[in-house]
Amino acid sequence: MAETLKIKNKEIVVPGETLAEGMGFLPSRGTYRDEKTIKAQKMGMISIDGKVIKLIPLTGAYVPKVGDKIIAKIIDIMMSGWRVDTRSAYSAVLGLKDATSDYIAKGADLTQYFGLGDYILTQITNVTSQRLIDVTMRGPGLRKLRGGRIITINSHKVPRVIGKEGSMVTMIKQATECNILVGQNGRIWINGEPDKEVLAEETIKKIEEEAHTEGLTDNIKKFLEKKTGKKIAVKGETQ
Amino acid sequence: MKRNDGRKNDQLRPITAKVGVIKNADGSAMFKLGGTTAYSAVYGPRDLYPRFKQDPEKGLLRCDYNMMPFSGHGERVRPGGGRRSKEISMVTQNALLPVINLKGYPNAVVDVFIELTETDAGTRCAGITAASMALADAGIEMKDLVISLSVGMLDGQLLADINGKEDCELGATDIPIAYIPSMDKISLLQIDGEISREELKKALELGKKKCLEIYEIQKKALKQKYAAKVKK
Amino acid sequence: MISDQKEHILQALKKGIRYDGRKLLDYRDVKVETGFVHGAEGSAKVTIGDTEIIAGVKIAIEKPYPDTPDKGNLMVNAELRPMSNPEFESGPPGEKAIELARVVDRGIRESKAIDQEKLCIEKGEKVWSVMIDIVPLNASGNLLDAGALASLAALKNTVFPKLTEDGAINYDEKTKDKLPLQKEPIEITVLKIGDYFIVDPLPEEEELLDARLTAAITADNKICAVQKGGSEPLSIEEIDTMVGIAQDKAKELRKLIR
Repeated sequence: MAETLKIKNKEIVVPGETLAEGMGFLPSRGTYRDEKTIKAQKMGMISIDGKVIKLIPLTGAYVPKVGDKIIAKIIDIMMSGWRVDTRSAYSAVLGLKDATSDYIAKGADLTQYFGLGDYILTQITNVTSQRLIDVTMRGPGLRKLRGGRIITINSHKVPRVIGKEGSMVTMIKQATECNILVGQNGRIWINGEPDKEVLAEETIKKIEEEAHTEGLTDNIKKFLEKKTGKKIAVKGETQ
Repeated sequence: MKRNDGRKNDQLRPITAKVGVIKNADGSAMFKLGGTTAYSAVYGPRDLYPRFKQDPEKGLLRCDYNMMPFSGHGERVRPGGGRRSKEISMVTQNALLPVINLKGYPNAVVDVFIELTETDAGTRCAGITAASMALADAGIEMKDLVISLSVGMLDGQLLADINGKEDCELGATDIPIAYIPSMDKISLLQIDGEISREELKKALELGKKKCLEIYEIQKKALKQKYAAKVKK
Repeated sequence: MISDQKEHILQALKKGIRYDGRKLLDYRDVKVETGFVHGAEGSAKVTIGDTEIIAGVKIAIEKPYPDTPDKGNLMVNAELRPMSNPEFESGPPGEKAIELARVVDRGIRESKAIDQEKLCIEKGEKVWSVMIDIVPLNASGNLLDAGALASLAALKNTVFPKLTEDGAINYDEKTKDKLPLQKEPIEITVLKIGDYFIVDPLPEEEELLDARLTAAITADNKICAVQKGGSEPLSIEEIDTMVGIAQDKAKELRKLIR
């Protein structure tokens, strides 16, 4: 039977759209086989690599993964630790042992470590099939976030905001002189001068909006240069 | 014979479809068919309360259909829902469920809200059509989109997309259906009024044909939102 | 911790910059569209930044209230539906929705925006009833001002339906007769956070407010209704300042509704 591709590389597809006919192509992430056709499973952009068709999601909720550093919010204080919101359908537990290297006595006031509403940069250590999640504060850079603001973007756009080897976020930090931490769950913490924070947020929202356009780094560089009135050196470029 | 608004028997009213209309939502869409306008917002997958409703095997799809108090042609619609909205919420859920893969969201809920700002018949259908776009916009895993439309039967004639006058004053038989293209199946079917078995079959064929027209509009509206972000 | 975020926002306000880069007394962009709902006797959609809110007016013939036998009825209701904000829940209106409805109601009623005597058809028996419903599509702060503005624009957009020969309403046909409007109240909410006053708050700012004052201002710059919100008390000087801000901002918004 003939194999025909029904879409082009980088095309936007809707769920259920036929991507290919015949058995010659292989359905990968975000696609499914329906008898002799391959169809899209969600809204996204198609990436064709030889005979393999996969879908890059352009929207959708964050899915917690072991090893992810995320920005979580304390939503409950329990006997054994804290419950935190991960900006997904599933909250996580931060146990006493994982919270600090201090010894915490039984019955101690846990709010002296983390109070309700606090934001923390934390790391996911375990995700069960039932989506029970453990997080830890033991690791480099993991900490409570003081001051600043939290903004949110779609978690699928996080890699774009970070950029290759952190080049994009480094550029924003340089231009705005803000501290910026990007959680894999799409929460971003920005701390700096008020007007610079606003610019950093505006820049990140622009990256989210234009995440899949060509020449993104260059466009963002120009945008920041125009807004700040100073030249920006991009890592890896010699000027 | 022309219809009361001048349409041909198989002609739809003018359609507007837009995706991403409610900023706070994870996914949203507006679908306007003639004088009926439905907004739909999707939130989730998110935490499900009360906890006894949680299912460790799969997520829950929860639909909430509501007419805004000023949306009707006649008297003000008393807020607070009632039996009618409860039933429509339920059949909406059943119309959407076959395409949605909830296995990936154990213990969680996907909330679908449907609000009618103006109504001129076919409100549940417009709601389902909007909701399926909103679900796709929210990035929910689904096998396909769902399209819904009401077919009518009046004086022995089959009419696509009946309006309020045809439904209420002229007394057309009202047959709302929802259609899933890739499965070629019907996930909503209600009949209000008299019809023969042969006519029903024809009505369903007409409904399917017209749903496929709307399907193209749905796809276009969804792609429009995302294509704008890729090109430029 | 909330106090930590508040401190951060206060630091920015000290420098005259809001969370979204606005100045303290700047409004977001405001848009008013009338005739948004074709079946209603009057309607409007107001957009303020990311907040979008619809007000619809329905008209009916009812018996007057016993204490006002020669006046038409006025009712304002607000529904904060869960579609418009993840924090809102299904079910009967909560405090926030009830406050919104009542504050808008007072602005319209106390300014005598509608000449309710002209809505009397037969004293003690039959009067026109004007029912305003306010429903946000997307709730992102400042629902009070947005709801009041949408209600006023919807009232201005309202026409009476036709009557049948036996005096019942024929909703299918509209007349060209407008509502008897005489005053046009604009409501402005001023927030106090720390020592600073701001208008048109974002949800983040509403969460941190110390005090809030909503004032309905008439075209001749009179105050016709006020609601103080928030847990902190205000001094007389502060109230005077906040009312002054409301008067200034009301002038700006008034230009948007003709």
